[in-house]
Amino acid sequence: MAEKKIRVVIAKPGLDGHDRGAKVVARALRDAGMEVIYTGLRQTPEQIVDTAIQEDADAIGISILSGAHSFYFSKIISLLKDNNASDIIVFGGGVIPESDIPSLLEMGAGAIFGPGTPTSVCAKWLEKAVAEKRQKETV
Amino acid sequence: MTDDKKNIPEIMEQRKKYEAKVEKVLEKRPERRKEFHTGGNLHLKRVYDPSDLKDFNYVQDLNYPGEYPFTRGVQPTLYRGRLWTMRQYAGFGNAEESNERYRYLLSQGTTGLSVAFDLPTQIGYDSDHPMAQGECGKVGVAIDSLADMEVLFNEIPLDKVSTSMTINAPASVLLAMYICVGEKQGVPANQLAGTIQNDILKEYIARGTYIFPPKPSMRLITDIFEFCSKNVPKWNTISISGYHIREAGSTAAQEIAFTLADGIAYVEAAKKKGLDPNVFGKRLSFFFNAHNDFLEEVAKYRAARRMWAQIMKERFGVTDQKAQTLRFHTQTGGSTLTAQQPENNIVRVTLQALAAVLGGTQSLHTNSMDEALALPSEKSVGIALKTQQIIAYESGVANTIDPLAGSYVIESLTNEIQQKAEEYINQIDDMGGMLVAIEKGYVQKHIQDAAYAYQRAIETNDAIVVGVNKFQIEENNKDMKLLKVDETVGERQIKNLKKMKENRDNIKVHDTLEAIRKAARDESQNMMPLIIDAVRNYATEGEICGILREEFGEYTENIIL
Amino acid sequence: MSLLAEKALHGDIRALARIISLVENEAPETEEIMKYLYPHTGKALVIGITGSPGAGKSTLVDKLISEFRKKDKSVGIIAVDPSSPFSGGAILADRIRMQRHANDKDVFIRSMGTRGSLGGVSRSTREAVKILDACGKDVILIETVGVGQSEIDIVKLADTVCLVLVPGMGDDIQIMKAGIMEIADVFVVNKADRPGAEKIVAEVKLMLDLIGKTAWYPPINMTVAEKGDGVAELVEGIEKHHEFLKESAQGLRKQKNKVVEEVREILSRDIAKKVEKAWQNQGTNEHIEAILEKETDPYTVAHAILHDVVKNEG
Repeated sequence: MAEKKIRVVIAKPGLDGHDRGAKVVARALRDAGMEVIYTGLRQTPEQIVDTAIQEDADAIGISILSGAHSFYFSKIISLLKDNNASDIIVFGGGVIPESDIPSLLEMGAGAIFGPGTPTSVCAKWLEKAVAEKRQKETV
Repeated sequence: MTDDKKNIPEIMEQRKKYEAKVEKVLEKRPERRKEFHTGGNLHLKRVYDPSDLKDFNYVQDLNYPGEYPFTRGVQPTLYRGRLWTMRQYAGFGNAEESNERYRYLLSQGTTGLSVAFDLPTQIGYDSDHPMAQGECGKVGVAIDSLADMEVLFNEIPLDKVSTSMTINAPASVLLAMYICVGEKQGVPANQLAGTIQNDILKEYIARGTYIFPPKPSMRLITDIFEFCSKNVPKWNTISISGYHIREAGSTAAQEIAFTLADGIAYVEAAKKKGLDPNVFGKRLSFFFNAHNDFLEEVAKYRAARRMWAQIMKERFGVTDQKAQTLRFHTQTGGSTLTAQQPENNIVRVTLQALAAVLGGTQSLHTNSMDEALALPSEKSVGIALKTQQIIAYESGVANTIDPLAGSYVIESLTNEIQQKAEEYINQIDDMGGMLVAIEKGYVQKHIQDAAYAYQRAIETNDAIVVGVNKFQIEENNKDMKLLKVDETVGERQIKNLKKMKENRDNIKVHDTLEAIRKAARDESQNMMPLIIDAVRNYATEGEICGILREEFGEYTENIIL
Repeated sequence: MSLLAEKALHGDIRALARIISLVENEAPETEEIMKYLYPHTGKALVIGITGSPGAGKSTLVDKLISEFRKKDKSVGIIAVDPSSPFSGGAILADRIRMQRHANDKDVFIRSMGTRGSLGGVSRSTREAVKILDACGKDVILIETVGVGQSEIDIVKLADTVCLVLVPGMGDDIQIMKAGIMEIADVFVVNKADRPGAEKIVAEVKLMLDLIGKTAWYPPINMTVAEKGDGVAELVEGIEKHHEFLKESAQGLRKQKNKVVEEVREILSRDIAKKVEKAWQNQGTNEHIEAILEKETDPYTVAHAILHDVVKNEG
């Protein structure tokens, strides 16, 4: 059996056009052996969630530098719930003050990777999180 | 230096002695690295000497400030006559809150305003558009109509203050609003001074707030050139930007190359429309990044000035000196700021600002220390401004012009950056110009490769970022006092929009919008007067851009990863 | 497994997505699932879109989706991008051009990496097409990587192959050299508002005359995909080809060939697996040493192992 590749959707919700980070992370995850579905800019939460479901993604990575993180994380997580897809891991990064991180995690985000996080940390975390998720599925 | 030419043999002898000594030292202690590079990957020698500038010719390569090719500066007395404009980019929430911040900055000594708009405004959406949800007022001020603009400039005299507006795709609309505010204040358009960024090419390349496809976008841009040269002559109609290209990850040479290549595309488009480069050339301005590598940055600005002068003269036959000069605004590099140990950012910004000043910038924005995390608080923006003031009044560097000229390393780097940048521009020329290069993804690919290489360098500790991959400390910044944008901005804007629409002459608005639609289909018509008319009657930005979206279509990004 | 397949057949999108993953990952349930779904296949119109990078395939696919949706057809799309030979990962970005359809319940877009396959489609693209077909998609669009063996691979999977050419890219000559022209059922000259479009049409016509196609003369459509120009006519051409296949002897032959290809591919895959297993079990260091010492040779060793495989498996 071929190995089960990790599939990640990398998305930029809303109107923010700064995609350097999203692209660097996408490349790094590709170099770590993952299949990255890169959706590009100006995605609505609905588009992101439908994409993740169609692509049978293990995780969704959200990049937000515009300060609208609380709004978008909450929308995406609730849409996943509505679609019975809460097993899809949600993580993200961008310009997110430390004080906002606890509420995002409480909402259901798996991790927030702030500025300066090495991409290797992100990749390793994802591998671990996906392995745990898959364990739960087989049980 | 000309004396050095005669002494070259003697110098070379001394160098041999020096290099022999170096060998001995290296045996005992190797250098910190095998090879040294600038931030932009240019090779940096151990030491530079006259032999690096064998063919140096002062008049040809540098000349005096205000003289072609303007390497040493755009104007004869530069900062001795007038310091650079201290222009802090600001805006958030709604017009009232931003107006307060502008009046604070003016009271603290800022000498020009710089408006940051929120993303819906930048992308031509009103605050009540579904795509605007969650975004109103977050990265800049929310402006839906002239009503908001009037509040934004309340008690700010437009005949005394110059304003730069960072607006691109809908620049025509915001400029129209500014002109109308001036009207209401009794300031005629020909007295207004300021800049609109209006640089759509870099949006496609690096910034992402485009609306329409390239062709109609260039039409709008050149309409503005034409309109302003007759009606708003003191206005800088474009700020051709390299800042964002650098922020997206490019090297210093690429920053210059791609910016000047964009400039070439704009000049060509304007020429095609029948405009005279000797005239509109005077109102082109540029916008660069001030990044970490101090020596390279200073050299970069000088190379840019010399290159643009040569391009305008040789490629476009421009004879008017004012139209040959590259005037620019600089912003310190946002992407260099760290979330870790934020106070360190004050030091970073200081060095970056110093490089920009030594490079001869016309205006400068210094970032605040907390900007890796949020928009600047009042306290930190104050420090950012003071940084400029201390450089201006205490460091002495502004008291003589282009002080680093003649330095062996600075002149060598200036030459090298020019050479590298010209290679890129030649390739772009061969491809058919910047519009083709962008479509093919040539520009984007280079930038992304550079960005990825830099990230690899940091993760392998080849590049050091203090506090991030070296000299880290245990810290807890959870309680940092950061600016929080009021979440109710969107709600309030939507309420105000509704009220405003009820109180305006909706029939007139409809007519003005249809006139815009008609003009959009006729390339020979200049759209500015019609946009001003619509704006004056309180048509919203979203309504105007909605018509243009229907007529011009929307751009979808080109992905090369 | 049959529960998952049933759900997918009844329109559960998550189940459909999951099944494609299982098949892509060569899960042990793959054969069972494919057997379960197979009776429901054969209804979809399968269109392959191929052509060099930069031809505008993704933009064209986006417009094709709109066109078919106007006719109330449900659409499945498989967009293939190359996997990295070093890491095995991939960046799949073709969706970007079609993302406005992401929320349409009757459009299903799936991105696939080539995952070691040398062609322009992935090993499991065929299965993915069958799955989308079984689950009720009226039209299935396959967008290939566009280099290497893409054209040859796509012919094995699609009913109608659209070759997308672009003026000014210089690839028209290259494509003719490679003999790709014979494979296309429909030609598309995209970005036709550029200089050189007429020239390409003329060159294609010339080539077609040289080849001497008789039963089906491929139409040559000029499109400007960005604006949507020419797309309706392109769809007409595709549908005409579909009609032709249904009614002609050539069409029947093609169907039979496809079935032969399917069986052969499964055979090859299975045998390759068995051979690999045999080598893992029986191939030893001793064999290798012996070959190096010239005590035996690779042919002898291989035949011995193969003999065992055949004997044991019957």
